[in-house]
This record gives sequence, C-alpha cells and structure tokens, in this order.
Amino acid sequence: MLTVEQVEKSYVQGGLFSKHRQQVLKKVTLECRHGECLGIIGESGSGKSTLGRLMLGLESPDRGAIRLEGKDVKDRRVRMGRISAVFQNYTSSINPFLTVQDAIMEPMKALQKSAQGQQVHAKVDMLLTQVGLDSSYRTKYPHELSGGEAQRVCIARAVSTEPQYLVLDEAVSSLDVSVQIQVLQLLRSLKSLYKMSYVFITHDIQAAAYICDRFVFFREGQIEETVSVDRLKHVQSDYAQQLLSHLISL
Amino acid sequence: MNIVEVEHLKVWDTHTNQAIVHDSSFTVRQGSCMAIVGESGSGKSVTCRALMRLNKPNMRQSGKMLFQGTDLNQLSEKEMRRRRGKQLCMILQQGMSAFDPSCMIGVHIRETLQTHYHWNTRELERRMRLAMESVMLRNPMDILNKYPHQLSGGMLQRIMIALALVLEPDLIIADEPTTALDTISQYEVLEQLIQLRERMGCSMIFISHDLGVVRKIADDVMVMKDGKIVEQGNMQSVLQEPTHAYTRYLVSTRLELSNHFKALMQEGS
Repeated sequence: MLTVEQVEKSYVQGGLFSKHRQQVLKKVTLECRHGECLGIIGESGSGKSTLGRLMLGLESPDRGAIRLEGKDVKDRRVRMGRISAVFQNYTSSINPFLTVQDAIMEPMKALQKSAQGQQVHAKVDMLLTQVGLDSSYRTKYPHELSGGEAQRVCIARAVSTEPQYLVLDEAVSSLDVSVQIQVLQLLRSLKSLYKMSYVFITHDIQAAAYICDRFVFFREGQIEETVSVDRLKHVQSDYAQQLLSHLISL
Repeated sequence: MNIVEVEHLKVWDTHTNQAIVHDSSFTVRQGSCMAIVGESGSGKSVTCRALMRLNKPNMRQSGKMLFQGTDLNQLSEKEMRRRRGKQLCMILQQGMSAFDPSCMIGVHIRETLQTHYHWNTRELERRMRLAMESVMLRNPMDILNKYPHQLSGGMLQRIMIALALVLEPDLIIADEPTTALDTISQYEVLEQLIQLRERMGCSMIFISHDLGVVRKIADDVMVMKDGKIVEQGNMQSVLQEPTHAYTRYLVSTRLELSNHFKALMQEGS
C-alpha cells in the first residue's frame, strides 16, 4: 500500500530572496491500495502533479510522509524499481541521443539488473511486444517516433523493472483522442499482467473513468472528495459536480 | 456566399521535397464554422497556416486561396500583413508561446491594435477593457500589467479571444484552442468562442482532434488524413453516417471513451 500522510508542500514564489511561500499541498492524506487504479482529478495548478512528484521521491514533503508498505519513500532503496512514472511530455522524457533499446534498458542498468547480449535483446523484444510495438523499433531514435509510439516506449521503460506502483502524470492528455483509447487499453492490460497499482493523475474525467477504480477530486492542494467509480454520479461536493457537468462528450 | 474558397492547395517542404498537404479544395460559407479534424501530423495546422501565409520559409504553397474574392497567394507581403489580424485572425493552441514572454500583456496588445487602428491610448484601453470583461476576465487592468508566465493557460486563451473581439475579424482561425486546457477552462473557452461568433457573426475555421469539442461548435466538418481530405460535409451527417473508414474509426474511438463514461453515470439511476 502506498500511503500519503498529512503531507504539506510549499514553494517560494517571486524572486530569489522572496519570503512569500505558496502552499501547494495542504495536509493531504490518501492511500492507494494493492491492484487499484486511483484517479487524481483536478484543474491545472491544483497541486496534483506536485503530489505525483512527491510519491516518486523526486521532491520531499515539508511535513508528513509518503510510505510504501510502511517505509518512507525518501529512502532511495525503498522506491527504486518499485515506483515508476510516465509523464505527459513524451518528447522530453526520452533522451534524444539514446535508441529505443538503450532508453528501455536504462532503469535496469541503474538497478544493476543488466543482463548480457541475447538476454537484453530478448527482454527488450518482450517489453516492446507487450506495449504493441515490434522489434524493428529497437534501433530507432525518439525523433523517428510518433506521439503514441513514444508514449508506448515510455510505458515499456516504466514497466521494465516490474514496479508495484506506476504514477501516470497526464500520461494520455497530450495524445490524440483516437490514440488515447489505445494507450488506455494498453495500460489496462499491463495492469493485470504485472499486477500493478496505478496512480492516474489527470484533468480528463472521461479518460480517468475508463481506467480508474476510485477518484480523488483535488482542488487548491486539498482533497475535495473521494468516491469510487460506480458511485460517481452521486458525488456530493460542488466542485466535483461542476467538473462532471462541464464535460464535453460525443 | 463563401468567404473562403480554396482550390487545389498544395504545400510542400523544399528541403525534402515532400508534400505535406497534397491537393486540398474546400469552402467556408459566410458566417459558418468549419472544423478540420484529424490526428497529429495530418496537415490540418499547415493548411491553416497556409491560409495565413505563416508557414516556415522552406515551405512553399501553390493553388488558389480566395478570401472574399481576392487570392491570398497573389498578395504582396505588405498587403497580406494588413489583412492578418484585422480580417483573418488566428487563435493559437499554446497561449504561453503565442505571447512575447519578455513584455507585459498590455504592451503586446497595444502593439497589435496600433498596427491596425489609429486609436489613442485611452480609447484603446477602454475597448480592451470591455472586451476582456465580456470574456469573463475580472480586473482587466491588473491582467494587462502582467507577464504571460504569471497567467494560466485558460486566461491567456481568453485574452487572445478578447483581442479577436476588439479586432473584429471576418474570419477566425482557431488552431486547437482548447487542447492544452483542463476540463473547466475548456468548457469556458468554448462557450466564449460560441458567443464570439453569435456577437460578431464572423466565420470560423476550427481545428481539433477531438470530435466531441467539434460537435459543440461546428456546422461543417472536414476530415484530414496524411495531408489529404478524406471526407467533408455537414457535421451531423458526417457524425451519424460516416462514409470513409477513417472517419468511422475516429468516431468509434471517441464514442468508446464517452460511452463508457455515460454507462457509468447512468448505471442504477
């Protein structure tokens, strides 16, 4: 279980010597259970991405703690290989100098799990097939890939260490609608294959409803409401109702 | 009456000699909204930038582009520049990169308006304030004194719409104006665009990859794939009875997402 306990986070706003701090997260407490897909929904600037970064241990909270099976994720040994991430911007999240194969192998090298020659090929091939690409992609560079393909490579890289938790920060938001659905279906099938739990951070409720089990509505650094997906139409808070009523569907 | 008539438009890259838009012919009726739908890389933005003649220098274009009877391809750069903004106005996807980050919003807007109109500063401020209030931007004077990075994407998008309101163009080209926004701002910006059309009666070309958004605003639709137009026609008829396989694919993928959601919202009610 990934638990967030009374987490607070603030950033300095204004100039270098400014004393003003903007409170981004205000006493946030939530949990992501085993095998669950937790959707974190909020507007831009609501602090949902900051929460994602804290879960990944990329930043540390001012107060409170984030624990994976009871151990603080501040410790690198706790989170390494167990929590992975896929970000919104697929062009900037792959090193442009690396081929797809090297990019996918990077996290495994960091974990010193790297195998030799044939094994590497086999592992990369397997990962590529799992994300719906063929082995010809192995030698390609990021600029040769389309948005959907690049995002698939990011997903392959994220699952290469067989993590327990995957933080998806707006992972499908910048893809075309027709590609979004393919990536969402891929994420669904990988979830059961690897028995992962997802933290799905997004502003798109329809995409979230497609994949999530539980929703957390996030606003100005606070949790407005937590609701399971089948109770979605019974949301209580004004904010969640407003979000649902402003949906544009076909 | 057609405000835009494009015939055999071809856009190609001189470096690689590859055609990006092959042979496009389409029309926009006076006062109507035409949507261009397609996946990224299908040439929809290039088509619109060709209309504005704002493609990169290494891109060449040929064909006829009649705007209110004059061929935009034949105009000199000076004449074209006078039409940009005042008659053809473009609303871009990324508010952050559409405004100059080194000057305040007000400076930027004054520069644009002074190119087209000879108003004094007070008149200019008055008109801009009215326009900004009408797109639900509170404290317009505060906003005019801010830099782009201090404002949110939705706000910048609405400032661009306000600017379009003051310029009163005949044709607005909106290039994915809602793609980078969250659900609530997306809804609001779309409402503003619809109101803008009602108020000014202008024509619009609306680019998007999301058929849901397009359905809300457009009268006609044109589907593009790999630089070619695969289907065009009335919005409702294209959505209900798509003839081309690619359009059917686009409609079905979008429907899968919204149907799943609709089913969730209706279950047990």
